[in-house]
Amino acid sequence: MVKTVLAKRIIPCLDVDNGRVVKGIRFVSLTDAGDPVAQAKRYDLEGADELTFLDITASSDSRKIVAELVRRVADEVFIPFTVGGGLRSVEDIRSILRAGADKITLNTAALEHPELISACAETFGSQCVVVAIDARRRAEGGWEVYTHGGRRAVGQNAIEWAMHAEKLGAGEILLTSMDCDGTRGGYDIELTGAVSTAVRIPVIASGGAGKVEHFYDALTEGGASAVLAASLFHFGELSIAQVKSYLRGRGLEVR
Amino acid sequence: MKVAIIDYGVGNLRSVEKAFAATGCEAIVSGDERELRVAERLVLPGVGAFGACMKALTERGFDRLVYERAREGTPLLGVCVGMQLLFEESDEFGSTRGLGLLKGRVRKFSNALVVPQVGWNRIHQTRPHALFEGVADGAFCYFVHSFYCEPRDETVIAGETEYGGRYASVVAEKNICGVQFHPEKSQAVGLRMLKNFETRINTDFYSDQR
Repeated sequence: MVKTVLAKRIIPCLDVDNGRVVKGIRFVSLTDAGDPVAQAKRYDLEGADELTFLDITASSDSRKIVAELVRRVADEVFIPFTVGGGLRSVEDIRSILRAGADKITLNTAALEHPELISACAETFGSQCVVVAIDARRRAEGGWEVYTHGGRRAVGQNAIEWAMHAEKLGAGEILLTSMDCDGTRGGYDIELTGAVSTAVRIPVIASGGAGKVEHFYDALTEGGASAVLAASLFHFGELSIAQVKSYLRGRGLEVR
Repeated sequence: MKVAIIDYGVGNLRSVEKAFAATGCEAIVSGDERELRVAERLVLPGVGAFGACMKALTERGFDRLVYERAREGTPLLGVCVGMQLLFEESDEFGSTRGLGLLKGRVRKFSNALVVPQVGWNRIHQTRPHALFEGVADGAFCYFVHSFYCEPRDETVIAGETEYGGRYASVVAEKNICGVQFHPEKSQAVGLRMLKNFETRINTDFYSDQR
């Protein structure tokens, strides 16, 4: 494998419910953190390399709300952005990409219908297909995949699922540790490292960021290509610039 | 109307249009031949497969239109696959012909690399150029591609990017420019380059003689 020099990416994540940004603390208690377009613009100015929107709207007209949101974001934000949550068909995805998103994430739908990954990769290209994996540590070792926002165990090994998703045409893996999510105790380096080693495609580490060192660890020891964080950035406890300046100081290539 | 972004049925052109708007430029997305014939500047976008893009362009007769307007001296900016279309031929699926406005081929990245290249990479300026006005050497831009341009005449190269070796990521010959990255997704650097295309690339009669 030839070594390349792409910049390590810092990705703020915005959880969106009915067009508003919220953040789940361990996926349960939700706190309002503002307007998605305003947040997106703020992150764009602060130097975010990408944005991720996860739609957690349960209503049936959520597709329309999301498409409108994507359109508003695309009009004002000039960095790549990813949209996920509840996307179930090639047509759902087409509408989101047409509205201006660059990538989409598949989670529950990909586990239920793995062929959706291939269909999307063939129709739109692997570069826009991100498979999101929510994983929780098993008492007996290894990690188990969960769906439905972390509520349902599917009895599948996270590493095997990541490898399978890559084979089906996924362009990236967004890997969330449910054990670490919301704790601010650091990313699950062991999980991130295990998945990064098992696949060739970029892995985005998610869940657990609390301080600058955590980002560094995920990008080095964890082997991640990108790091994602939500509440830490939303509430201004740490800025993207602070994270980047720290990483640059420690010799990592950042934009 | 100043800038027309050529709509030939591929990809989402809204982001490009909005990026021009953010620089204060009057740009429209158009698939109307009359509009494209009178636009002061043309942007040729492109995503996905080279062959499919070329086919869509040809079906609308826009291959000739772009070629003729570029030869007349209209400033033209090819973006991503739109840059690749400026060249003579692509290796994709055997061989597919391009517009032939610039000499050279389009090749696939080595299998030893992660392909497509997706992410932020640096533009190393190999010579001064109006497109780079106000852009730092080595600035990061956002790339998504599996093929790259290999100009036969190296003097058309203005910027290079490192991905398992250096390749041409910005080309320019008189009024004809191409960028392999997505300026509309490359934040301030990308917007500045769009602005430079709009204000600094001159209508300069194209000549085959170099």
